Amino acid sequence: MSLFSKQNKEAFINPLNLDNPILVQVLGICSALAVTSQLKPAIVMGLAVTIITAFSNVIIASIRKTIPMRIRIIVQLVVVAALVTIVSQILKAVAYDVSVQLSVYVGLIITNCILMGRLEAFAMMNKPWPSFLDGVGNGLGYALILVIVGAFRELLGRGSLLGFQLIPQSVYDAGYMNNGMMTMPAMALILVGCVIWVHRAYFYKEK
Amino acid sequence: MEHIISLFFRSIFVDNMIFAFFLGMCSFLAVSKNVKTSFGLGMAVTFVLFVTVPVDYLLQTKVLGPNCLIEGVDLSYLSFILFIAVIAGITQLVEMTVEKYSPSLYSALGIFLPLIAVNCAIMGASLFMQQRINLDPSNTQYIGNVADAVVYAIGSGLGWTLAIVLMGAIREKMQYSDIPKPLQGLGITFITVGLMAMAMMVFSGLKI
Repeated sequence: MSLFSKQNKEAFINPLNLDNPILVQVLGICSALAVTSQLKPAIVMGLAVTIITAFSNVIIASIRKTIPMRIRIIVQLVVVAALVTIVSQILKAVAYDVSVQLSVYVGLIITNCILMGRLEAFAMMNKPWPSFLDGVGNGLGYALILVIVGAFRELLGRGSLLGFQLIPQSVYDAGYMNNGMMTMPAMALILVGCVIWVHRAYFYKEK
Repeated sequence: MEHIISLFFRSIFVDNMIFAFFLGMCSFLAVSKNVKTSFGLGMAVTFVLFVTVPVDYLLQTKVLGPNCLIEGVDLSYLSFILFIAVIAGITQLVEMTVEKYSPSLYSALGIFLPLIAVNCAIMGASLFMQQRINLDPSNTQYIGNVADAVVYAIGSGLGWTLAIVLMGAIREKMQYSDIPKPLQGLGITFITVGLMAMAMMVFSGLKI
């Protein structure tokens, strides 16, 4: 078993496109929509979820043989909750403004279905290393969608990216206006709908 | 009294769990295929909220808050683990009750009944409650005692039920419409929810 065998590669690559957690598995929608009104919180959220998915996958995969079947959900929840508490404390210490912006959605990573879904479907029956790759892959697949939606919403809604003004003042003087609708929650849903549309049309073929 | 009424209506229409905060989207998208199951799940979620939010409120104010258990110690960083344990326990109870008294609803809800434990709406309501304790008492969103917590929980639950029942009704009709192939299923559902959320924004200007 080499470290990057074909199977391991698939566990890492598939979630980025063909088995994307948001677009195909329909997991973890809630936080994906709520944190994407600007690019920066979207990136931070994506990273946080990637780290937590990877490490909870490793922990559960390494103790999977000792967990009794009947209480596995509780065990999984406790592992995830502990990791989320750590990440949320670190966020508060390192990037306080982002943690205020994300508000309850950091805590809601616990109930993010991606975590439970990957733990149940993958980590419970695989070794720690492939589980780690699977966790990182799924986390990045999730982050990818967040970044796409966040970039669109910030660019069209505020004319900036990561806080830097991209659309010059002269364009505003000529009559261009920011689309305030983009910063509203409703547009996140419609944008994700459009992303799914494009993905289904060009990349993903249903069997 | 006035505060309770405005809190109740605010949590149904303005701070709607689905349309304003996107909480509980996973089960919302998966179960809203027809009105009957939607209503059943909505009621189950409302019930779990009704029990968990007051319990979590008491935990937060009597055990976890600053200077509650031990003088000078703030335990609120433990809130994630404690809240999720309360929620998981109560969901287990609801599951056993539904299985005993309404087997048809139990089989219709299937996997989504145990998944209420990881429904973001439940955890979200507890976390919002935790934030709202620190608000100014004159704010309509303020939660100051157990009664407020109960009203907030029922209001959010009913708001969630309203959203999922409406969605179920629309999806029943939508089966007969002609939708471009790649947009069928998930894509059109998202766009529909987006349009509904836009319609619900009408309420956000209300002063109640």
